[in-house]
Amino acid sequence: MKKLINKIEDVIVEQMQGMAVAHPDLRINLEPKYICRNKATKKGKVVILSGGGSGHEPMHGGFVGVGMLDAACPGEVFTSPTPDQMYECAKAVENGGGVLFLVKNYTGDVMNFEMAAEMLNSEGIETQNILIDDDVAVKDSLYTAGRRGVGTTVIMEKIVGAASEAGYNLNECANLARKVNSRGRSMGIALTSCIVPAAGKPNFDIDEDEIEIGVGIHGEPGRKRIAHTTADEITFILTNAILDDEDYTRQLNEWDAESSGWKEKTLVSESFKSGDKMIAMVNSLGSTPVSELYSVYRKLDEICAEKEISLVRNLVGAYITALDMQGCSITLVRADEEILKFWDSPVNTPGLRWGK
Amino acid sequence: MKTINITQLVKWLENSALVMRENKDYLTKLDSDIGDADHGFNMERGFNKVLEKLDELSASKDIASLFKNTGMTLISSIGGASGPLYGTLFLQASIVLKDKTELNLRDLKDCLDNGVNGVKLRGKASIGDKTMIDVLDPVVQSLSDSLNAELSISEALTDMVQVAEKGMKSTTDLIAKKGRASYLGERSIGHQDAGATSSYLIVKSLKKAIN
Repeated sequence: MKKLINKIEDVIVEQMQGMAVAHPDLRINLEPKYICRNKATKKGKVVILSGGGSGHEPMHGGFVGVGMLDAACPGEVFTSPTPDQMYECAKAVENGGGVLFLVKNYTGDVMNFEMAAEMLNSEGIETQNILIDDDVAVKDSLYTAGRRGVGTTVIMEKIVGAASEAGYNLNECANLARKVNSRGRSMGIALTSCIVPAAGKPNFDIDEDEIEIGVGIHGEPGRKRIAHTTADEITFILTNAILDDEDYTRQLNEWDAESSGWKEKTLVSESFKSGDKMIAMVNSLGSTPVSELYSVYRKLDEICAEKEISLVRNLVGAYITALDMQGCSITLVRADEEILKFWDSPVNTPGLRWGK
Repeated sequence: MKTINITQLVKWLENSALVMRENKDYLTKLDSDIGDADHGFNMERGFNKVLEKLDELSASKDIASLFKNTGMTLISSIGGASGPLYGTLFLQASIVLKDKTELNLRDLKDCLDNGVNGVKLRGKASIGDKTMIDVLDPVVQSLSDSLNAELSISEALTDMVQVAEKGMKSTTDLIAKKGRASYLGERSIGHQDAGATSSYLIVKSLKKAIN
């Protein structure tokens, strides 16, 4: 294992310390661990808080700042953060407008964020959980933990973060987040595995001439393994998996303030069709260079154009990674006026920065 | 022996911590086959925190506060899915033990019953899903049977460990329906579940602490 690390047990803390030094707009807390803005926000602003296992940087800590997240809670590498982190973090940044957790759909993350939401709600700090489950590589939710939360998370954090700055209340922010989730779809491929520092060896085995289609951001297996092929062919497979994905209906747990408990909510993602306008992201899983991502974007645009789907905004780069994995993911989020308005709003974070 | 006291329960936690340390690589190996290869590290980290707090835990005024403190410690240090699940097991067990400083067989069964129900609600898993419930559910059933058959605590614990082992081994042939292993579908068959294994190790540590 060749990595830029000192002691394995210090990896997360040292990376957080580095972020704080590099970005004076951010503040870190180490017991328990969270990253938040240095400046207090307007009274009554909804707090947008996310988090998850480390190893996906810049997500989530790199998206803390004006126009995006208020705070992020990093767990150990590929391991969910614990409820005391979200609880302490939310209490530190909460500002009278309530708290919205944006949670990627993984068993551990869901449970830890739910426990934190229970603790906060029981203390009268209104807290809602919205899940992201956009990975079309997982076909059904009946016999699995459901679709995983991947690329749409980045888009959602941007859009909902902007809405909260514009004065949306907790309910409105939650509705918008749910809408973005229902309109987002992603799929990834791995050319190589990745190495978790504590494990010291690749997370899964893959032959030199094989690729994993539909890989998750922790190296979870996807739909199939095929022989390595061209950028065009890979882009074709990923894009078609997203565009051919049918309507997807699932039940997601959300906090019900009236009964002070969890309630399952049905969410339907309608399939994409011609005429749709998309925010597109071509994302590196860590070790794939940006240059290769542009080859993918070129083909993605071509396939979408043929189907009369237009890519009206884009991100090309490393935004949600899987440590040092080679590979990429494609995310498409069907935009509307509200989504584009908040997408175009100014953002100032280490990982995403535009407008004023 | 008619009851279990705080000293024995603290010994149980200490044994569990040592067993997690010994089995760190084994649990991680099981988890890397069908999960995300962190179960051993996470369980060791969580129970190490319990170990650090052993003096404080020994001084608990009753078993409810012992279990509550243990549960909170595990929740805030294990992470992943196991943190909330093992934490909930202890927290929910503590709820039915108000002011108790000793457990008879009925208390033990009642508190584990409540704890395991909490785990089921949190993780939405049922028996046969290839999870820790495949160990914990039969454990509660076994304690309940032993109570009805008026067995001694020692006999009850012997039976309990046997069904726990059987439950753990039963997960090998199952298809995972929860957690990260569920993405493998049928490819998860043939692998023993890591969470069921750590549950078995904890159950076995209880018997060892008390005999």
